[in-house]
Amino acid sequence: MDWIDVGLVALRVVVIFGLLQVVTILLIWFERKVVADMQNRIGPDRAGPWGILQTVADGLKLFFKEQVTPRKVEFGLYLAAPMLAAVPAFLMFMVVPFGRPVRINLGGEDRLIPIQGADLNVGLLYVLAMSSVAVYAVVLAGWSSGSKYPLLGGVRATAQAISYEAAMGLSLVPVVLFTGSLRLSEIVASQSGSLTFFGQVLSLPAWNVFVLAPSFLIFFIAAVAETNRAPFDLVEAEQEIVGGFHTEYSGLRFALFFLAEYINIFTMSGLAVTLFLGGWSGPTWDGTLPLVVSAVLPTVWFLLKVTVFLFMYVWLRATLPRLRYDQLMTLGWKRLIPASLVWLFFIGGAMAVRQFGLPWG
Amino acid sequence: MVELVIFALMGAVALAGAIGVVRARNPVYGAMGLMATLFALAVFYVVHLAHFVAVVQVIVYAGAVITLFLFVIMFVGVDRAEDLTEKLPVQRPVALIVLVGVVVLAGALVVTGRFDWVIASGEPPVVRGTIEEIGENLISVGPPSDRQASRWLLPFEATSLLLIVAAVGAIALAFYRPRRKDESPADPDPGPGS
Repeated sequence: MDWIDVGLVALRVVVIFGLLQVVTILLIWFERKVVADMQNRIGPDRAGPWGILQTVADGLKLFFKEQVTPRKVEFGLYLAAPMLAAVPAFLMFMVVPFGRPVRINLGGEDRLIPIQGADLNVGLLYVLAMSSVAVYAVVLAGWSSGSKYPLLGGVRATAQAISYEAAMGLSLVPVVLFTGSLRLSEIVASQSGSLTFFGQVLSLPAWNVFVLAPSFLIFFIAAVAETNRAPFDLVEAEQEIVGGFHTEYSGLRFALFFLAEYINIFTMSGLAVTLFLGGWSGPTWDGTLPLVVSAVLPTVWFLLKVTVFLFMYVWLRATLPRLRYDQLMTLGWKRLIPASLVWLFFIGGAMAVRQFGLPWG
Repeated sequence: MVELVIFALMGAVALAGAIGVVRARNPVYGAMGLMATLFALAVFYVVHLAHFVAVVQVIVYAGAVITLFLFVIMFVGVDRAEDLTEKLPVQRPVALIVLVGVVVLAGALVVTGRFDWVIASGEPPVVRGTIEEIGENLISVGPPSDRQASRWLLPFEATSLLLIVAAVGAIALAFYRPRRKDESPADPDPGPGS
């Protein structure tokens, strides 16, 4: 661990920090454009080519707006809540590998640089921890605003987060069982090559989604619920509780909530890709292409796969109506959690049979 | 050096959070203080390379327990004035006695330098994070000669006993009603405990 290593870590952190903000700018534009297309409208088209700078304009506007503070707020927590939303959102993406590790000679030493913030040995649990910390922002914002609608939003957020966290955690256990690691880079590495099914090599990539499809479905539903997106956006629900937890926020504080929401969408999509769709793995044609191109290609594959998920998020929002509260709870507790438990039981049995043979054999 | 700086910073955070839990007038701030303390402890675990314990600490305590606290606080409502008369008049003197005992004990430790009482003598245990090792250390029961296998079994069980005692104590405190003089022994409203 010398100064070059420290510098590299700092550089990666700064790069991810910038990347997430650029992604947010593009993602909001992407969502508005796609929803507009689906609703037969034009969408933003004034700022920049195809309106791509619309989010920059909106951000600047929010930056200069007055930050109205209602009289009945608990000021300390009211101020802390948007920060508590943004910080875990940035931290959560730090463990997602979004490119193949690069070997560079720096300071007279060959260094293997992972293209991810930190390669933790408990990466998957870290993600769960950060996503559970992110709930505080909504809860505290709702409570500290000192008004009815935000409080309702906050209470809804707590209940929803606790319910769907369980389903999400259970849906990840088969992945851990299957790959035998909580380290995200190892989970990606275990999905390279071709799929073997009962000794048959199939012409499919060895992605977890082909083996653990039920886990993938449960994870994706829970991820949409965890990010409070439609059709699970009861936390905000404009028609019922006027925006919920962020009703009393304006200006830059509101922008921080918005930023956190879109970063969380990106992170959850990145996680789905990492855990089930092989992460950055894809053809790189090493040797035939210039070095730089085959070093960048994995990141391109990762971003392409993530874009598919982002499109699905937007698609869900444009097509599905919001769930009723009892339907939300029924889906979480009576469908997803039992389904993931049954599937976990099945996978565990299959793994045991593969390792020890049939109990009567 | 780095460890010392982290220890000083996080120790300050942990203490400040703990004081906040006790001193805060508003239970929501109390819960936030508790969260700060738990986070500082998680950082200590990271410094000791026990990543697994650190992350589980954040998931279980910060993620689940304090969220539930906040949920309950929101439902019960924090605006209601709390009844601040003490139900257990002995607890302050007892706390003082325990505090004096702890200070004396800590002072004796520092003066005599017998730190092998608190830190297991010999090789310090290497804390690694794999799930198998943690499970083996905590709950696997080997033969009595195999000291490695069930090394932490007794502390683990003692901790669970402590948790049960705490839960029973909380229930007992919640249902504790001091009997007033003018009430007849046959109370018409036995309260929620019976």
